[in-house]
Amino acid sequence: MASLKDLRTRINSVKSTQKITRAMQMVAASKLRRAQDAVEAARPYAQRMERMLGSLGSSMLERDGAPLLLVGTGKQETHLVVVATGERGLCGAFNSSIARAARGDIRALLADGKKVKILCVGRKGRDVLRREFGSLIIETIELVGIRRISFADAQPIAVRILDMFAAGEFDVCTLYFNRFKSVISQILTRRQLIPASLPEVGAGTAPDLGDAIYDYEPEEEEILAELLPRNLSVQVFQALLENAASEQGSRMSAMDNATRNAGDMIDGLTMFYNRSRQAQITSELIEIISGAEALQ
Amino acid sequence: MADKIAFELVSPDRLLVSQDVDMVVIPGTEGDFGVLVGHQPMISTVRPGILEVQNAGAEPRRIFVNGGFAEVTGDRCAVMTEEAIPVADLKRADLEQRIRDAEEDIQNARSDLERHLVDLRLGTLREMLQVAA
Repeated sequence: MASLKDLRTRINSVKSTQKITRAMQMVAASKLRRAQDAVEAARPYAQRMERMLGSLGSSMLERDGAPLLLVGTGKQETHLVVVATGERGLCGAFNSSIARAARGDIRALLADGKKVKILCVGRKGRDVLRREFGSLIIETIELVGIRRISFADAQPIAVRILDMFAAGEFDVCTLYFNRFKSVISQILTRRQLIPASLPEVGAGTAPDLGDAIYDYEPEEEEILAELLPRNLSVQVFQALLENAASEQGSRMSAMDNATRNAGDMIDGLTMFYNRSRQAQITSELIEIISGAEALQ
Repeated sequence: MADKIAFELVSPDRLLVSQDVDMVVIPGTEGDFGVLVGHQPMISTVRPGILEVQNAGAEPRRIFVNGGFAEVTGDRCAVMTEEAIPVADLKRADLEQRIRDAEEDIQNARSDLERHLVDLRLGTLREMLQVAA
């Protein structure tokens, strides 16, 4: 049986762990608020871009000579999988859920005889995928030390993807990230970047123009050719923001759990400690009393 | 007085300007155009240049935009750009320094990607310098 001193050390060490997890939870909570604000702030731009793309793209789809970014290369041979994860662990299932989904899909693609290339954003995803698909990872973009993700952080990723597409290195590009729904729920999302998935143009999303139709200046094709690459950057940017918020949310609830578990553990250990102490005192008393009785 | 048009200037990071104004002059790719309320709905690309927001009784606000798109729908006008800086904040000496830095970065760039990005940046800076006072 553990001695009382051992128990005391254990209780103390659990207590200091609890302090750390509680601090991490609070840090995550404040970061989460900022990350959520950033997601909110980025929404107007993305919404407008989506609306424009919706009205432009749907009319372009039926025509010949539509941009490749919109219609794709017509092949499905090589897939580029962009896995956006966090840079740090201790955030519950955040990183592993993304990595698991990506891994499952990559396996399925490989089994279908497709070629797969992986672009990792964030090193946690790379760490997991490297074991199984080390040779398929073409690049890892790390976002270490970036406090607040800005558009300038997303752009290099988008430019890299576009450059590769222009060089014909892949046909389909899918982005994996977690969409932030609430602190306890982050939704794993696969978003197809190339060919661009057009937003649904339903009633209510399109502005009411009456009978009027848009004038385009310059031609629709040219606008679309400019719009699509930017849209890609925006999609990447949004994914990164959602990811950042999800990571903090996930970490917050993970650390909340950890703090609670540590509390339970401390309670249990303290109870055990007190019982052992009581038992020791009792047995010492018995020894003294029986010793005294033997002398009489 | 005529009705106003709801003008919005948005960057990917946030909504920069949202106000009712008399007229906006947008540097379109095929020439500047002014937008008043009731304008024919249109979508246009925007070249890097100066956007001017005019309001009766106030100095026009001049804002440098780094290209983008403009969407006009009757009573609304939204301009989407990646970067917007009030012209008054552009300082010639500062810009020249940044251009020199960027040129150096191009020399030192390790990869094509990096060079490509700095090149984009440099283009923007040069445009800024042109309009800077």
